[in-house]
Amino acid sequence: MGTDPVDRQRLYFANHTSNLDAAVLWACLPPFLREKTRPVAAKDYWTGSALRRWLANEIFRALLIERRKVTAENNPLREMVAVLDAGESLIIFPEGGRFPGPEPQQFKPGLFHLAKDRPEVELVPVYLENLNRILPKGQILPVPLLGSITVGQPLWLEQGEAKVAFLDRAREAVWSLRLA
Amino acid sequence: MKPRFDAETAILVAGVVAVLLMASITGWILSRRAGGVAYQSTIANLNARIRAWWMMVAIFLFAMLSGGLGSVVLFALTSFLALREFVTMTPTKLGDHGTLLWVFFVITPIQYALVALQWYGLFSIFIPVYAFLFVPLRSVLSGDCERFLERTATIQWALMVCVYCVSHAPALMTLQIPAFEGQNGKLLFYFVLVVQASDVFQYIWGKLLGKHKIAPTVSPNKTLEGFLGGVVMATLLGTALWWATPFTPWQAAAMSLLIALMGFVGGLVMSAIKRDRGVKDYGTLIEGHGGVMDRIDSLCFSAPVFFHITRYFFT
Repeated sequence: MGTDPVDRQRLYFANHTSNLDAAVLWACLPPFLREKTRPVAAKDYWTGSALRRWLANEIFRALLIERRKVTAENNPLREMVAVLDAGESLIIFPEGGRFPGPEPQQFKPGLFHLAKDRPEVELVPVYLENLNRILPKGQILPVPLLGSITVGQPLWLEQGEAKVAFLDRAREAVWSLRLA
Repeated sequence: MKPRFDAETAILVAGVVAVLLMASITGWILSRRAGGVAYQSTIANLNARIRAWWMMVAIFLFAMLSGGLGSVVLFALTSFLALREFVTMTPTKLGDHGTLLWVFFVITPIQYALVALQWYGLFSIFIPVYAFLFVPLRSVLSGDCERFLERTATIQWALMVCVYCVSHAPALMTLQIPAFEGQNGKLLFYFVLVVQASDVFQYIWGKLLGKHKIAPTVSPNKTLEGFLGGVVMATLLGTALWWATPFTPWQAAAMSLLIALMGFVGGLVMSAIKRDRGVKDYGTLIEGHGGVMDRIDSLCFSAPVFFHITRYFFT
């Protein structure tokens, strides 16, 4: 645990291997933070069935973003910034999808733009372990294995830090938590 | 299989509570003494272990006294938790997902249902025969052949150790022992007491007098002094409690020696697996002890042997 669960505006970013990821991270927050923290999820997947829609909207209050046909109106970044401006925190998975391996893929640039546009928000790296084995992509029923969640120390975009360097640093911040 | 709460059970319960009280007081006194960092951390761990013992004893007694079904449910949950820890540590793959669902949610409950139904014939072969064949059958349907034997064998092992072996403890409740009817709860109590006391005695003797490592490559904390002291003390305890069992004092001595030896071997084998996987404990559920598997490793190996020897000679 690299930071305490305090009432500050935050952007939690984590590796993504399982549909359990957002639920686990969200459930680990104390209730008063959970109320104002929203996971960011793919609209195409989470509107795919009535159950998913219900989970995304009613339970997690997920911010559903467009992955495929991004236009000026539905630009995910603009929607995420709007949520931050409303005073809420976000959970994002900067790999842009679920990947089975333990090591996270290259991060998509969204994290960089959010960090640049809203520099006051704390960026908190989170590493989720073994959740892929509990509920792999494409499976419906979870196997009750043990998983773990490690929260790292907050980081910020440095003055003049380039996009690629920042994204690599952020990714390394997540990946290095496996050793913590 | 409804157990009877008699005077002898009351004495056993009172004895265990008295020993725990003494342990808590000793731990408290030790924690007030000055000492280095290593001393303080050992005592902190000791006190965490004692606190966890109170909890485990409370749960065990509650399950025992709530009737035969209570102990079946308790050991079923124990198996389930141990299985989680064991499988988490092992190299299963996506192709085993369906198999594992069966293992956790179908095979394990069936094994314990067979204990509750007292269906000995199927209880004793269900996992070694049917689950043994079913596991590779289900895994092969996923079409993933990579490390197939390793994955399959690990799941079979997990079932045998965490479920099949452990289920022999509550199965003690189902034995029909002449002149001991309705008293099987004491036999289960006796077994768990001796196997866990053996662990505790080994720990105490090892901490106090341990010098010569008995298996340095497998378990660096186990010493020859701990092993001998623990086994002798557990045998003495098991002999002294013969009145709670269907055994004569000499038979009780032999049985408790057997339980202690099998328990030691079980601890050693489960340590070897941890070493190979590069972990210190199977989990973190029980404060001071590690995981559930760390607490029941000795029970896994002694339960089936104690069950069958009792069944062969006394029923």
